[in-house]
Amino acid sequence: MLTDELRQELQARIAAAITPREAAVDVLKVLQSHYGWLTDEAVEEAAALLGLSPLQVDELATFYEMLYRRPVGKRVIHVCDSISCWAMGGEPLMAHLAKSLGIQPGETSADGLFTLLPCCCLGNCGEAPTMMVGDTLYGRLQPETALEILQKERTTITKEERP
Amino acid sequence: MELLLFRHNKPGRCTTFYEYRAEGGFAALRKGLAEYSPDQVQQLVIDSGLRGRGGAGFPTGKKWSFVPRDLPGPRWLICNCDEMEPGTYKDRVLLEANPYALVEGMILAAYALGVRHAFVFIRRGYETAATNLRRAIDEARQAGLLGDNILGSGFSCHIDLHVSAGRYICGEETALMNALEGRRANPRSKPPFPAIKGLWGGPTVVNNVETLANVPAIVLNGPAWFKGLAAIPEAAGTKLFCISGHVRNSACFELPMGITFGKIIDNHCGGMRPGSRFKACIPGGASTPYFTADHFNVPMDFDSVARAGSRLGTGGIVVFDESVCMVAVTLNLVRFYARESCGWCTPCREGLPFVVEILTRIEQGNGTADDIELLREHVRLLNHAFCALAPGAMGPVEGLLRLFEDEIREHILHKGCPFAGAPHYTGGADGK
Repeated sequence: MLTDELRQELQARIAAAITPREAAVDVLKVLQSHYGWLTDEAVEEAAALLGLSPLQVDELATFYEMLYRRPVGKRVIHVCDSISCWAMGGEPLMAHLAKSLGIQPGETSADGLFTLLPCCCLGNCGEAPTMMVGDTLYGRLQPETALEILQKERTTITKEERP
Repeated sequence: MELLLFRHNKPGRCTTFYEYRAEGGFAALRKGLAEYSPDQVQQLVIDSGLRGRGGAGFPTGKKWSFVPRDLPGPRWLICNCDEMEPGTYKDRVLLEANPYALVEGMILAAYALGVRHAFVFIRRGYETAATNLRRAIDEARQAGLLGDNILGSGFSCHIDLHVSAGRYICGEETALMNALEGRRANPRSKPPFPAIKGLWGGPTVVNNVETLANVPAIVLNGPAWFKGLAAIPEAAGTKLFCISGHVRNSACFELPMGITFGKIIDNHCGGMRPGSRFKACIPGGASTPYFTADHFNVPMDFDSVARAGSRLGTGGIVVFDESVCMVAVTLNLVRFYARESCGWCTPCREGLPFVVEILTRIEQGNGTADDIELLREHVRLLNHAFCALAPGAMGPVEGLLRLFEDEIREHILHKGCPFAGAPHYTGGADGK
């Protein structure tokens, strides 16, 4: 359920747009951070707010790399697999993360904290290999330093947030 | 050498509004609004020889001139900061160091075009750049440099920031317009061209960050000065080159347009990393055909790189040393494009996965001589795709066939990758 406060925030964003639809991706991002991922309920609420059909909203919700239409962990790890990171050891990095979390890329760890995803170039090629955890970018990674970062990220997940 | 884009940069932090202004920032805006008509600003940009820095290199002033002056209704300017071409990070570096030149350049461009509402479309993941830009837009507005009746000139312009949710195709200008409108970001057919019918059906100009950030200095110092910044008379201005891969110092440098490729690697990147030797590079972002050691003397400007069989593209240079298999590099690149295909047209949606399949079997030692012909055919056929994504994906394949055919044949002849055991050898397995 949306809180009244959140609903008003979204209505204000939509009112400031040239057309309501222009605000669609922003609305989806806010709903995603509210629910953790874009649930069917979120898609229907977005559609109602934007004056679109749920299908029109789903066309967007399924299109973008950083919109999740399936449940994800508390922190999503995006590991760049584009050419500069590949050349600098992106594949061993991904393999090490997958092994340490006990999952395959595309899956969520058993404790529900991390989802591991390969992704498109993160624009940090000079400091390859690179990953993004939540909104934070990390570069010049070694498999071990990447694990230390995850350990640190783990401590930022509060008790209330934990599944 | 004289810097243009990086001349206000401060080590390790973002320039402030006060520093930018104290160092002559926004003087071009004052001069432009007070002394020049919109057509004169456009003429300065035409005369400067400024070409689009987003990849295609189209003359910027000419692009502006395609917008009809007499159409009723709103017209739009979009700054394309959807920097997702692998190997490219110059716009991020630019905006993390100084967002003000872009804001000033956008206001001048809007003035030249008669635009009252401009957008910056920025990719997801550029959080610092987006924060800097938001702050710069606010500061400019508070100082009366943006908004209604700018500097008392009667000209009004607003800038809005749009943060994407991450998809490569959004950088294609017509897909970007769909994304901005809140539609699925499939490309639109051209014609009608955006200059006539773009965002919400109005005349629209889409320019790259680096392109627009050049405009203030051109208006302030004139076209002749701008041309003189280049290393060779045929080129104009400076260029941001962002280097990655197996060099000693992989960073983003502002250098004269037309500097030779070899000088970038040897003088600015400090050569190759210890113990490795140069084999090849991608000279201008993931869609550009390779350069080899034979290309060290090529001047890095749009026309010279095109004559050498590739494209200057975005200036994103990815360097590979001798341990790297070029079939594997090409496979990584085409796999990227196959995943990022928006699925709108058949040649791209079906063709790219097929090219991935062919390259995978060559890399794994299951290729045949016929596969080389098949790849060649696809370089030709994928030109018939709806937008530039699939032809771009074939850039490295074309380069592979032209420069490294022997390496492909070696895979086929010995039924395996000759680089097996090297650090990057993955057996052609999908990274996922």
